[in-house]
Amino acid sequence: MQQLIPEFALTKRRHESMSRIFKNSIAVIGMCIILFYVLVIVVSQFWLPFDPLDMDTINMLQPPSFETGHVLGTDEFGRDILSRIMKGAGISFLISISATALGGFIGTFMGIWSGFLGGAWDNWIMRLADILFSFPSLLLAIFVMAVLGEHTYNVIIAISIGYIPQFARIARGSILSIKNNEFIRASFASGASRSHILIHHLLPNIIMPIIVQSSLSLSVAILLESALSFLGLGVQPPYPSWGNMLSSSRKVMILAPWTAIYPGLAIMLLVLGFNLLGDGLRDIMDPRLRNIQ
Amino acid sequence: MARYIFRRLLSLIPVLLGVSIIVFFLVRLIPGSALQMYLGTQVEATPEQMEELRRIFGEDKPIPVLYIEWLGRLLHGDLGYSLRTGRQVLPDILQRLPLSFELTVFALFLALLIGIPLGIIGAVKKNPILDIVIRITGLLGLSLPQFWLASLMVIAFSSFRGFIPMGNYIPFIQAPLENIRMMLLPSLAIGIGLAAVIMRYMRNSMLEVMQMDYIRTAQAKGLKRKIVISRHALKNAILPVITIAGFNTGYLLGGAIVIEEVFALPGMGRLVLYAIYQRDYPLIQGIVLIIALMFVLINLLTDLLYAAIDPRIRLDQKET
Repeated sequence: MQQLIPEFALTKRRHESMSRIFKNSIAVIGMCIILFYVLVIVVSQFWLPFDPLDMDTINMLQPPSFETGHVLGTDEFGRDILSRIMKGAGISFLISISATALGGFIGTFMGIWSGFLGGAWDNWIMRLADILFSFPSLLLAIFVMAVLGEHTYNVIIAISIGYIPQFARIARGSILSIKNNEFIRASFASGASRSHILIHHLLPNIIMPIIVQSSLSLSVAILLESALSFLGLGVQPPYPSWGNMLSSSRKVMILAPWTAIYPGLAIMLLVLGFNLLGDGLRDIMDPRLRNIQ
Repeated sequence: MARYIFRRLLSLIPVLLGVSIIVFFLVRLIPGSALQMYLGTQVEATPEQMEELRRIFGEDKPIPVLYIEWLGRLLHGDLGYSLRTGRQVLPDILQRLPLSFELTVFALFLALLIGIPLGIIGAVKKNPILDIVIRITGLLGLSLPQFWLASLMVIAFSSFRGFIPMGNYIPFIQAPLENIRMMLLPSLAIGIGLAAVIMRYMRNSMLEVMQMDYIRTAQAKGLKRKIVISRHALKNAILPVITIAGFNTGYLLGGAIVIEEVFALPGMGRLVLYAIYQRDYPLIQGIVLIIALMFVLINLLTDLLYAAIDPRIRLDQKET
């Protein structure tokens, strides 16, 4: 049997299936990382190693050790870093998911509207997107925070505004690419209403790109939230967020590197999780990429 | 080409107008008037006095009129006066601009320098393990918080003098070597994420181009693989990468704001944070405008560069 298949075809196929599995597996690994964080957040609602706000001046800047129970050490106020990271996970997650949902919902809605109706609306909405795109996302977020004031809810708004044009463009592009397909025209011809076509034919086709973009946007939202908190514009101390933990560690990080290393690792791992998931999903759904691998 | 440049410049006008409208009206949303900010919390003015002050400052007109007046001053280079120092905002911003600009350009340069060769290697070398390593490195680079990387650099390099800027800035013209040594780590911290993005795009774009018929023809002609890659494939594969790099300079500009804070570099990022802590709204407004303008101009440059390299763009592009 084996002689019938040329050697090169066999290796090619092996390579192909290997990379297919790899692609699926990076999405699975990303999913596992995210689920791990969800688990941590759920646990942190009921149990934390120490009180994340409790100051303990005797145990200031303790290095990580299993004997003291401070597995990741303590910060400059003697607060347990692991507990603060666990508590901060919930806040970061809440902000990122809310910001992505808000920006994603408004943006997608605008994009669908724009692509489906076309004409003057399309023009205005896309001009608005161009204008919002003229601000670097972190600058826009900083600016909105400066206007609204430092508050957790405002962080959600600040991040979501930058997402609106991104989702609008993707939704509009997807709608435009399928709007003139035969099956849509056939639907129109057979007397289906606009809303029927929108819900039954167009929406299912744009849902995948929106999901992929959401996953990537979640990763950026985590980074933006931590940057805002790092700059003192996001979650305010003493409430822990990964960003403000890194910010307060700056005074002591050369003496006590663990105060800077672990919160940053927590950010990176979660962002990596969302990136892996988004990347994996994009590869799975984009057959063009599949062919050139 | 001239027509293309003209059309592209013309399309900037509505975008810049829109940017100015957003910046103007967002600041108007701030609770409590700027006048009260100016007076501070100690001074209590009666409603009549406030009315008088509003008239003196020209704030008593309808908002659209205020906007037109503000825009008129803007076009004359008058970005308003700081609420704290009373000085013109623009000179203070322009004094900080070179550092932030250098950080951004240096970071872009490093990102291209790292991203393009790695992307090419990833596409050309047919090694599944190397492939996976490059993809994972790329995703890791994307996931690194810039300011965390910068903090780690500070920890790692704290004992080496000269690599960590200590709040001062030595301009490139004064002492090029000192300047580069000082800006290297901050720029690297800003650029590493973009390097990862560029690497991924370069690799994908290269893989796509390598499957084209003309590449096969070139190879069939008996040209050396190196020449096919460098002369034929690279030139076409690099086009989308230019767009991506230009589009992402906004990310670098944003990164510069945070990284300046970590390395205590006196650039526009630190100025805007200072302005926010001080609630100095004209200053905030001015910096946001200048950075957005820089970003728009960089995107324009990218488009022009793209058109210069690829004649297809300027010949048949009707609507962007």
